[in-house]
Amino acid sequence: MPQLATDVARLSLVIETGGMPVRVNTTDHAFLALLQDRYAGFLSPSGNEEQAEIEFDVDLGPSRFADPNAVVSVAQHQGRWKLERGDFRAEWEPASRRGWIRQTANPYSIDAVLRIVHTLVLARQGGFLAHSASAIRNGKAFLFAGVSEAGKTTISRLAPPDATLLTDEISYVRKDVGKHAGGYIAYGTPFTGELAKLGENVSAPIAALYLLAKGTENRIDPLPQAEAARSLLANLLFFAQDEELVQAMFHSAFEFVSRVPVARLTFVPDARVWELIR
Amino acid sequence: MSRLYVARNPRVAARSLDGEMMIMSGRDSTLFTLNKTATILWQSADGTTPLDEIVEHRIVSEFQVEAAEALQDAETLARELASHEILQISEEPFPQRNNAAGESRSGESR
Repeated sequence: MPQLATDVARLSLVIETGGMPVRVNTTDHAFLALLQDRYAGFLSPSGNEEQAEIEFDVDLGPSRFADPNAVVSVAQHQGRWKLERGDFRAEWEPASRRGWIRQTANPYSIDAVLRIVHTLVLARQGGFLAHSASAIRNGKAFLFAGVSEAGKTTISRLAPPDATLLTDEISYVRKDVGKHAGGYIAYGTPFTGELAKLGENVSAPIAALYLLAKGTENRIDPLPQAEAARSLLANLLFFAQDEELVQAMFHSAFEFVSRVPVARLTFVPDARVWELIR
Repeated sequence: MSRLYVARNPRVAARSLDGEMMIMSGRDSTLFTLNKTATILWQSADGTTPLDEIVEHRIVSEFQVEAAEALQDAETLARELASHEILQISEEPFPQRNNAAGESRSGESR
């Protein structure tokens, strides 16, 4: 009697952002190729089964969820996070480090899931994702925060050759528990904005956070800590309806502004602004 | 007339910085910055001191206002803060909690 069951080959890759490896499993070669292209520069060798901190099985299917513009929902129930938006559904159980994603074969849905999961992990560690461009210059990382149209893409485009762009859209911030304990580190991310250019997969201690404002001159004005905290909170990415993590994020913002200089960077849109950033 | 008691909602996160009291709702992440009167109310809202005593000892002297009018304003303010789930209001004292400064640190209010 011939074997009726057929093994379906499991294809996988490991996407490592901020030092956190996430394994993604799929059975679709084309989707794997799409992810390899999308996350080039942030892929780790996927041979080691123990390597990933989180593992997702992606179940591809036809679009069956209504309203692709629906607000994202992130909630925890009995130790499992349930993530849902118009274009995907996902679950993740931190205790087992495993989860699944149901989506169509596109890079945007899984990108959103990864961003959300990173915010959940970082919230417990005193770190965060922020609406902010970031770059390394002279071994120091600088963050440029602001809402849409504030100038994140512009300042990224104006970066001189000796600056390494970490992201033009979403900065990845972790507490430094190593050499510079007490400070913070910014990591490159594959999460892009208008520039549609992946950041470099490198990191550096954060020297300053600048809140962007377009103006008629280039200048830096230090901010009082209360205003700095309020502005940072307004620029944090956080999606979960979870009191404990919201409180953790709140305190992380205050901790950050007590350790990292925060200033308003007013700039005219030309490269001279980078003379102030060293 | 019954007395009102106010208590800080342990489900919010609070920090004071540069003289500003900032509070974030754990429910929907809304950030509130309290004015001076609301800050006094928040800091005094230990759940066991009646609102009229808070007004008499902390607000009337601070703002040089008439007690009856100040109490009415404080009640309105307390109810508004309660509507945002920042404060809790009761006609009975609340069980005592240990958070004298009115600030929550990470993990304290879990």
